[in-house]
Amino acid sequence: MTELAVETSGLVKVFGENRAVDGLDLRVPAGTVYGVLGPNGAGKTTAVRMLATLLRPDGGEARVFGRDVVKDADEVRRRVSLTGQYASVDEDLTGMENLILLARLQGYKKPAARDRGAQLLEAFGLTDAADRQVKNYSGGMRRRIDIAASILNTPDLLFLDEPTTGLDPRSRNQVWDIVRIVVAQGTTVLLTTQYLDEADRLASRIAVIDHGRLIAEGTPGQLKASIGAGSVHVRLRDAAQREQAQRVLSRELNAPVHLEADPVALTARIAEAGDDQAAAERAARALAELAADGITVDDFALGQPSLDEVFLALTDRPATIEENAA
Amino acid sequence: MSTTATETTTSYVPAPETLAAVLTRGERPPRPSAWSASVTFGWRAMLKIKHVPEQLFDVTAFPIMMTLLFTYLFGGALAGSTTNYLQYVLPGLMAQSIIMITMYTGVAVNTDIEKGVFDRFRTLPIWRPAPMVGYLLGDMLRYTIASLVMLTVGLILGFRPSGGVVGVVLGIAVLIGYSFAFSWIWTMFGLLLRSEKSVMGVSMMVLFPLTFLSNIFVNPKTMPTWLQYFVNANPVSHLVSAIRSLMAGKPDTGALTLVLVAALVLIAVFGTLTMRLYNRK
Repeated sequence: MTELAVETSGLVKVFGENRAVDGLDLRVPAGTVYGVLGPNGAGKTTAVRMLATLLRPDGGEARVFGRDVVKDADEVRRRVSLTGQYASVDEDLTGMENLILLARLQGYKKPAARDRGAQLLEAFGLTDAADRQVKNYSGGMRRRIDIAASILNTPDLLFLDEPTTGLDPRSRNQVWDIVRIVVAQGTTVLLTTQYLDEADRLASRIAVIDHGRLIAEGTPGQLKASIGAGSVHVRLRDAAQREQAQRVLSRELNAPVHLEADPVALTARIAEAGDDQAAAERAARALAELAADGITVDDFALGQPSLDEVFLALTDRPATIEENAA
Repeated sequence: MSTTATETTTSYVPAPETLAAVLTRGERPPRPSAWSASVTFGWRAMLKIKHVPEQLFDVTAFPIMMTLLFTYLFGGALAGSTTNYLQYVLPGLMAQSIIMITMYTGVAVNTDIEKGVFDRFRTLPIWRPAPMVGYLLGDMLRYTIASLVMLTVGLILGFRPSGGVVGVVLGIAVLIGYSFAFSWIWTMFGLLLRSEKSVMGVSMMVLFPLTFLSNIFVNPKTMPTWLQYFVNANPVSHLVSAIRSLMAGKPDTGALTLVLVAALVLIAVFGTLTMRLYNRK
């Protein structure tokens, strides 16, 4: 059995009327990237804050490398590091000053602290910005100094709370690369995100949480398989034929067919789980039936369901609902 | 400056070898002592002064203004001459100004909590009160600056303490020590209240009566009896009596003892409350 970096059972945190975390059970194997996926307000940050000893649970238990986060908080603090949603460095100080400050607080003597700071700035491409106040850093640079600060003493478990929220694509890719390297060096990473493709790309296991509860858990592949073999995406030449196409597809695929915002597009999820071969055969038959009915198809694709679709299926609402509302 | 920022962002590619080299799992340095961690946080406070020197305005311009204002406005009426009044009022004015600026500790704590850096400190395996003690150590520097500024202005205006250098230094030391203890009230409020504005509001409500209803400006004997009860019980009055007596070269052991006891009680009560809030936040 592999060692567990995090183990929680029935974890609860209540803020007034709001049960932010409501009986959460997590098991995070050591040495992997573990994704905690959920929309805003699902309880991801609250759960991470309890695991990082910043919040006291109202119920249940949480252990980090076997140590209780309440009773053994100091021991947990020695082994974990947190990069929060907002910059967890002092914005009034320069990058170098921040690293020296944190190095000193972790027992480095003055010269050693400066050496360690210089080494980290170099590794994170921030040497040129060493003497600038962090408030003048770009978003990507801020994230990097933040992560540098988190690995000052290489932690056994690194919490990254929505590490790429608000970053441009290039900076996001840099963060992803850093995460992969950090894990390859033996640190467990627990990553919260509301971006499904981020969890898909980085995490070896994913927990989907909503309203403070675990609603699904597994490898990205298992999660996708659990809701059906895949989806059929169809684009027609003529929007007028869409209703007819919907009837044909729904009959052949034996599944509800969704009309997209684009007036010529339809999507259907193939109902049964597991059997990819059967799914492909049925999709092929559906395509033939469309042609037989005189419906002109411009594009026909059979794909694995995206994690977006997984989320939709699990929660009956889109994962990005908050973003649409904003 | 922004050009450099863009260049740094675009040209950076995380290199596995360099990053792996910094992700070492060698022996960790030993955990810093309580004192060393607190001093490091004090160093952070100094760096903040270095980067935002405007924040020294309240420990330089404000005390100068207070000294000039009270000496020239009331001096003639209350003591016959401004120089006579200065001998009486300056030690008290020093106490008032320093006690007043202790409230910025609460504001600083409150502003920090709003930012993520506080989370970082709280996840470090260090002596828990160190960040708080660090604020206060930085603030003691500010109190020292304010005291010296006022002393200088006072000396120029004709303040001639009979306690000499030793008396003045001891007086200022007592004041700064007491302010350290007093500041724990504000670290507590800084953690308790939601916004910087409410911290300021509460501080003003506490500090105005506490400093004005004291023996700073006039002898309490000139006040109505009911007010004398309050003024004589006010810990700020004891503090001012103690400082005055030291600067005059006739230490008042009674007042000094009361000041010491008050300081210890403040730390015991508000220090404990602060740390409870800090751990529960």
